[in-house]
Amino acid sequence: MLELKQLTKSFDGHMAVEKAAFSLNKGEVLGFLGPNGAGKSTTMRMVAGVMEPDHGDVLISGHSIITERREAQRRLGYLPEGAPLYADMTPVEFLKFMARAYRMPRKPARQAIDRVIADARIGNVASRRIATLSKGYRRRVGLAGALLNDPDVLVLDEPTDGLDPIQKRAVRALIARMAPEKAILISTHTLEEVPAMCNRAIIIDRGRVVADGTPESLAAQSPGGLEETFITVAGAAEADVA
Amino acid sequence: MKQWARDTLTGIRASYGRELRAYFATPLAYVFIATFLMLIGFFTWEASSFFDTGTADLQPFFYWHPWLYMIFLPALSMRLWSDETAAGTSELLLSLPVSVTGLAAGKLLAAWTVSALALLLTCPMWLTVNYLGTPDNAAILLSYLMSFIMAGAYLSIGAAMSSLVTSQVLAYVIGVVAAFLFTAAGWPMVLGAVSSALGTGIGELVAQFSFLTHFETAERGVLEVGSLVFFLGVIALWLALNVLWVNQRRSTAR
Ligand SMILES: Nc1ncnc2c1ncn2[C@@H]1O[C@H](COP(=O)(O)OP(=O)(O)OP(=O)(O)O)[C@@H](O)[C@H]1O
Ligand SMILES: [Mg+2]
Repeated sequence: MLELKQLTKSFDGHMAVEKAAFSLNKGEVLGFLGPNGAGKSTTMRMVAGVMEPDHGDVLISGHSIITERREAQRRLGYLPEGAPLYADMTPVEFLKFMARAYRMPRKPARQAIDRVIADARIGNVASRRIATLSKGYRRRVGLAGALLNDPDVLVLDEPTDGLDPIQKRAVRALIARMAPEKAILISTHTLEEVPAMCNRAIIIDRGRVVADGTPESLAAQSPGGLEETFITVAGAAEADVA
Repeated sequence: MKQWARDTLTGIRASYGRELRAYFATPLAYVFIATFLMLIGFFTWEASSFFDTGTADLQPFFYWHPWLYMIFLPALSMRLWSDETAAGTSELLLSLPVSVTGLAAGKLLAAWTVSALALLLTCPMWLTVNYLGTPDNAAILLSYLMSFIMAGAYLSIGAAMSSLVTSQVLAYVIGVVAAFLFTAAGWPMVLGAVSSALGTGIGELVAQFSFLTHFETAERGVLEVGSLVFFLGVIALWLALNVLWVNQRRSTAR
């Protein structure tokens, strides 16, 4: 459903993502891990068609994000890093705007909006201005927007960042419920939630994929589990800095 | 091509509704309209001594339109793209399956609607001159229409500038500068200087790019198709630049 082909991006000669290549099938929930500045968000931006790669391509359900951008984007839900939203709108207005952009007919749009409001549990704030919502609620409004079109591929950049433990669990449950029908790419810094949320994990460091496997197999690579594997494979960068 | 047209219409619908809402969700639209009305009233009555001219027409009123648009409309358009960049919502916007042309056109149309509303609210002046005498109402209607189209041209410049830079203030400043160039190119003072320095041929050529020159034809009550085409061409050109600059940002950085 999602295929990254030698995806490459540099900023002023500095490689942010270098030949990232992997594919995701239906039912896979991929935890996208890596230290700060590893290139996770840059990769996700390119997958979402928000940023053009220098080289390489992304296929979403067979459609190239470069040559058939809008066909690919129709099948994609994207939660950008920090969940940016239009602060002057209410969640309902925001979702109506998204539905219009996805060209959903009136009745299915209304049903979809009701569905994602329930799924993301934002019913109690649905008609408050987004500017007045807490960080956690905003993240959930962004999540609702990403789910609206019932996309094949979900790209979520740190979806659980800023959520309390109860909300984190709710988001994990939501992801688990949707997982069988979708390919999901999730970045996170909370390693503990990876085994609970993902059935596959990739670690990238300085733009390059350095580990790929199930959370269990990655954890088994070091006696200290996933965190130690993370530090071992991505720690070289820290050593350079220090 | 057919698909592109559909995705463009979708983009216009989605962004027009959103932007128009945004104008009225904040005081921006109200402040803009109120200030515009106050100043156009002031200039028409005080600066042009409306009542002293002895003729019942709106010439002193329309005279100020290009100059007020030059200062005011960039304030309306400056937020269109720089706001998205600052809030990070451009990430969201560009991930939607709509064409950038549709987004840009929808934003422009929303700003244009607000400026059209301000223009519409000046109609009491039109009634006043009819009360005072018998003006050439066809010429006035034509001037209103041209003023509306000209506002679109100013806004298209400002919108493009707001996609070029990330700061709203900077977008406003360069928007005013660009608008000034397009306006002042027809100013007798500038034209005189250009003509004496480079010859009358060049002077006339420069005048052809001025909003003043093309707006004046309407004030005389003549519908110059050439002027209409000129303004529409300016809008198309700046809209194209706007789309180009948004797409360029997609391929470089945010
Ligand atoms: N628009 C940009 N212009 C210049 N450099 C950029 C830009 N975006 C990202 N970078 C650089 O690219 C590298 C990767 O950044 P990216 O945001 O993808 O990292 P990340 O893995 O998401 O980090 P984090 O965990 O902190 O979110 C960093 O060195 C960053 O400074
Ligand atoms: Mg990131």
